[in-house]
Amino acid sequence: MNRLDLNTVLGWVPQGSKVLDLGCGDGAFLKRLCEERGAIGVGVDIDPDNLVSAVSKGLDVIQEDINEGLNCFTPYRFDVVILTHALQELTHPHLALERMVHIGEEAIVSFPNFGHWRCRTHLGLTGHMPVSKAMPRSWYDTPNIHFCTVKDFEALCSDLRIDIIERATVAGAAQKWLGKWWPNLFASSAVYRIRRSAR
Amino acid sequence: MSNSGTHNSVGLVSPCRARFETAFQLANGSVLAEHELVYETYGELNAAGDNAVLICHALSGTHHAAGFYPGDDERPGWWDLAIGPGKPIDTRRLFVVCSNNIGGCDGSTGPNTLNPETGKPWGAKFPQPQVQDWVRSQKLLAEYLGISRWAAVIGGSLGGMQALQWAIDYPEWVEHCVALAAAPKLTAQNIAFNEIARHAILSDPDWCDGDYLSRDTLPSRGVALARMVGHLTYMSADGMSDRFGRELREGSFTPEAESEWVFQVESYLRHQGTRFSTQFDANTYVLMTRALDLFDLAVSDDGDLKAALDKAHADFLVLSFSSDWRFPPHRSIEIRDALMAAGKPVTYANIETDNGHDGFLLPNKTYEALLTQWMQRVGPA
Repeated sequence: MNRLDLNTVLGWVPQGSKVLDLGCGDGAFLKRLCEERGAIGVGVDIDPDNLVSAVSKGLDVIQEDINEGLNCFTPYRFDVVILTHALQELTHPHLALERMVHIGEEAIVSFPNFGHWRCRTHLGLTGHMPVSKAMPRSWYDTPNIHFCTVKDFEALCSDLRIDIIERATVAGAAQKWLGKWWPNLFASSAVYRIRRSAR
Repeated sequence: MSNSGTHNSVGLVSPCRARFETAFQLANGSVLAEHELVYETYGELNAAGDNAVLICHALSGTHHAAGFYPGDDERPGWWDLAIGPGKPIDTRRLFVVCSNNIGGCDGSTGPNTLNPETGKPWGAKFPQPQVQDWVRSQKLLAEYLGISRWAAVIGGSLGGMQALQWAIDYPEWVEHCVALAAAPKLTAQNIAFNEIARHAILSDPDWCDGDYLSRDTLPSRGVALARMVGHLTYMSADGMSDRFGRELREGSFTPEAESEWVFQVESYLRHQGTRFSTQFDANTYVLMTRALDLFDLAVSDDGDLKAALDKAHADFLVLSFSSDWRFPPHRSIEIRDALMAAGKPVTYANIETDNGHDGFLLPNKTYEALLTQWMQRVGPA
């Protein structure tokens, strides 16, 4: 999977932040945040092997199901709460987003954009759910149960009274500029900095 | 990493004894004019003194945590799984100390040792110790050994509670704290099981009001029954089904068979009970279960666990075991959440296992890997 989104996330985490990385996997990215951004990090994952890998990197990790477990985190405890390429796997993405902006001063979310022209043409021309290198699994056998588009995500943020601070897009080399101007069509992934609305 | 024999073992070990001749006052006000602690150590204390690790034993545990005694190479110390060269608590790097708690029955001053005032065994007159008392006595032992700070204090079950107590009673002493299959305090159900165990002992005619040693007898039936009930709560239903099922050890299911039936599980429990009743002192069992009942990490903070743990300076590892119904995962989660709310560094995992409460003593790939990797941060780099 193209994880260029992670470079964007890295740049958005202020030096010395307290960071919660939801779905931290083997902890490689959280470790980078600690080393390159001086972050004080906590990872959350459900997979035992991932936990062992993350702990072996000297990280603190909490075994929890993000779908159930975010209530254990005290409000305003973290500067930044990160969820990269996992939003589409959650049972209730909207509840997780609400919780994230409550736990952290800011949240950073990245997800694959289902509004990308390849997805659209795949569905439009073949009549089948898109399957790609980045999303290789069939519709009935995929952890990705809640795909959304850039437009969908922004609409949800508005409904949830979540402010978008910044948006970045990841697009193929040829579509780099197109991705910036027409993200819903040309961004393969989108990355957002969000926070609870002051309104 | 799990092994048998002497591979990766600390090898032959022998217990040591420390004598303290200044009066030691317990939390309940009673005073021991003098007392002794037996303990074992594995590995070497380094010159900087920053590689010492304390192991706290559980209800029926002893100071014999690892290695073998001469002539008994069948059964190593109770946590040989985790302590040894190349094991999670690596004795090539760390200096490991494990002591028998005051009130125990394996050599430390307790009900089966002589009361200096009477010259007879203490018996039921031995004062009731609490977990804080054990922590304070272990601090005396540390000072006696020339240790001024623990790189880690580690324990499972009651030992895990003791490790947590260490972290809040002497924050500057505890750099890392590992609490396995523990709880912040007991529930009504936990206390009820302890009461059944005590009742079994106290209703044995050989109990003699706790004075059985002076009368040259033992309430072994009561202790065996107490152990059977206790042991049952350390195993999971699935684990027992896998291990024993409905297998018969004696007798037959055929209708015409006339015999005594002994299920494997019965035979196992009887064996555990009988063996324990010859090794463990009844008064100690009563005292230890009472200490468990009385334990409450937040007792001096009006029940506020976060406030209690806020005092600690340690990094924490909290592990629960999925099929543990004695101290189920949600009890560890209470500890974890209070630690997180207090802003303490904590790693938590719920180990998937059928081993029940005993999970912290038994081989499990994820458990051993997590403990091994987490322990890398303990002691000098």
